Amino acid sequence: MQEALRFQSVDAEPVDRADIVVQARQLRRGSEGATRGLSLTIRGLRKSFGDNEVLRGIDLHIPSGQFVAIVGRSGCGKSTLLRLVAGLDAPTAGSIAFGETPRAQDVRVMFQEPRLLPWARVLSNVEVGLGRERSSADAQARAERALVEVGLGDKRGQWPSVLSGGQKQRVALARALVSQPRVLAFDEPLGALDALTRISMQQLLERVWRDQGFTAILVTHDVAEAVALADRVLVIEDGRIAQDVTIDLPRPRRRGSAELAALEGEILKHLLEGSEDTQ
Amino acid sequence: MSLIDSLPRRKAFSSEVDAGSREENASKQKSGAPFRSDRNGSSSSAPKLPKVDGLIPWIVPLAIVLVWQLACVTGFVPSRVLPAPTDVALAGWKLLLSGELVRNIWVSFWRASIGFVIGGGIGFAFGLANGLSQLSAKLTDTTLQMVRNIPHLALIPLVILWFGIDESAKLFLVALGVFFPIYLNTLHGIRTVDPQLIEMGRIYGMTDGELFRRVIFPGALPSIFVGLRFALGIMWLTLIVAETIAASSGLGYMAMQAREFMLIDVVVLSILIYALLGKLADSASRALERLTLSWHPAFQKK
Repeated sequence: MQEALRFQSVDAEPVDRADIVVQARQLRRGSEGATRGLSLTIRGLRKSFGDNEVLRGIDLHIPSGQFVAIVGRSGCGKSTLLRLVAGLDAPTAGSIAFGETPRAQDVRVMFQEPRLLPWARVLSNVEVGLGRERSSADAQARAERALVEVGLGDKRGQWPSVLSGGQKQRVALARALVSQPRVLAFDEPLGALDALTRISMQQLLERVWRDQGFTAILVTHDVAEAVALADRVLVIEDGRIAQDVTIDLPRPRRRGSAELAALEGEILKHLLEGSEDTQ
Repeated sequence: MSLIDSLPRRKAFSSEVDAGSREENASKQKSGAPFRSDRNGSSSSAPKLPKVDGLIPWIVPLAIVLVWQLACVTGFVPSRVLPAPTDVALAGWKLLLSGELVRNIWVSFWRASIGFVIGGGIGFAFGLANGLSQLSAKLTDTTLQMVRNIPHLALIPLVILWFGIDESAKLFLVALGVFFPIYLNTLHGIRTVDPQLIEMGRIYGMTDGELFRRVIFPGALPSIFVGLRFALGIMWLTLIVAETIAASSGLGYMAMQAREFMLIDVVVLSILIYALLGKLADSASRALERLTLSWHPAFQKK
């Protein structure tokens, strides 16, 4: 296991190594059920900032454990939707209901910026993710496990400033994962990474999602990423859901395959047509 | 100053990280490897640096002393105007033997520290309060900004009327002088903590106390240190002025006494000691800075 993990410290390395996946899955599935994720029902959701109505009535049901990607042009309200789901902002109207009432550490967000505390070592940064359980006896052990899960076990004592962009983002992922959330919201988490790092991060995201079985909501402007990762892609336009595409392809999906390209083309075409309409 | 000093170190440092990460290198090759020559340069000259580094700052002061000595020995500068460094050292040795020097330095040092602790403490407290509470800021900031624009040394006549030439007069002036740089920089540090980190802390369920201890205070610390170093400079300045005008002990008093008796070597000695004490205070604050800001890229050693 150590051997295999050492390979992963380089971002561009494919993370999806079969032996780790199997071992990690056995570790997880031993204690928790396969579908730990919370289902999510959104009704008539609206949000306005002053006169500007960003979300104009969203109705949506996300089954537990589903990987949903939300795409749309910038300013369409996709990040606002995510912030509402994560409880960072309050909706103007409408409701968001989870399958069960979530505890604070059940819903976690990962942002485009890693938002690590520069004055805390990597391990302490991950411990922050435990929330109220930070002072429990096994906090450090849990943080270490989360770091190993994202392949950064050997970076535990480093300052964040010495890590590369991709490594920082993986620490942020470990911080989000350490409390074993049941809903994980991603706000363009890979937007600032270069192409190679992004692909390996996508594979990492897919792996932890399959291992931990949380409900994943990924906001992205990269349609290829959405199609490669998600069970379902929502296209948001003018504050409404304009398209709801189910991606029914087996995993692991082969990057650049014809089916993915076709789906991507279809969604992109829709997005581009929409932009011509408004101009 | 500290930023400029650490620039070459930081560059060398980041290039080392680059070498360790394949992803960075991949992106670098794409952009035409702009740092490659840089990396080679710093790695070849790096091992020599530490030895020379410690000496370089002292080259200029030593050269000045040397030129000064030469000018005095050759008679270019008459000893009535400026005594030779050797004469100054001799005067220092005599005062050291009589115990006068140590006593006066100790008195000045004591005044400086107590005044600094009082003024710095109050400034820090106001900085925290006004940075964290809107109400407190609205209530006191305008007043403090008005008071700030009065040069605190202009209060000397008033202070002498109030306190006489007692210890409290000097402590009051030092405290007042030190207050503002600490206050302003603490306030600035707290106001400029990355709001994204504060949001992150809240999301992860930090209480107000934890948020302060783990996010706001460490974030404000670099700025607080800037205030600290400014304050140390002002501390010595205020003390010199206060002691030369009204005192019965201390370095400033020693200099004024020497002037009465035309002992110009003692006058020069006092001035040099002030310079050394100032340098000492600055070095102490920088050591503290390195210790507490070891996470900061500017302070990381290779």
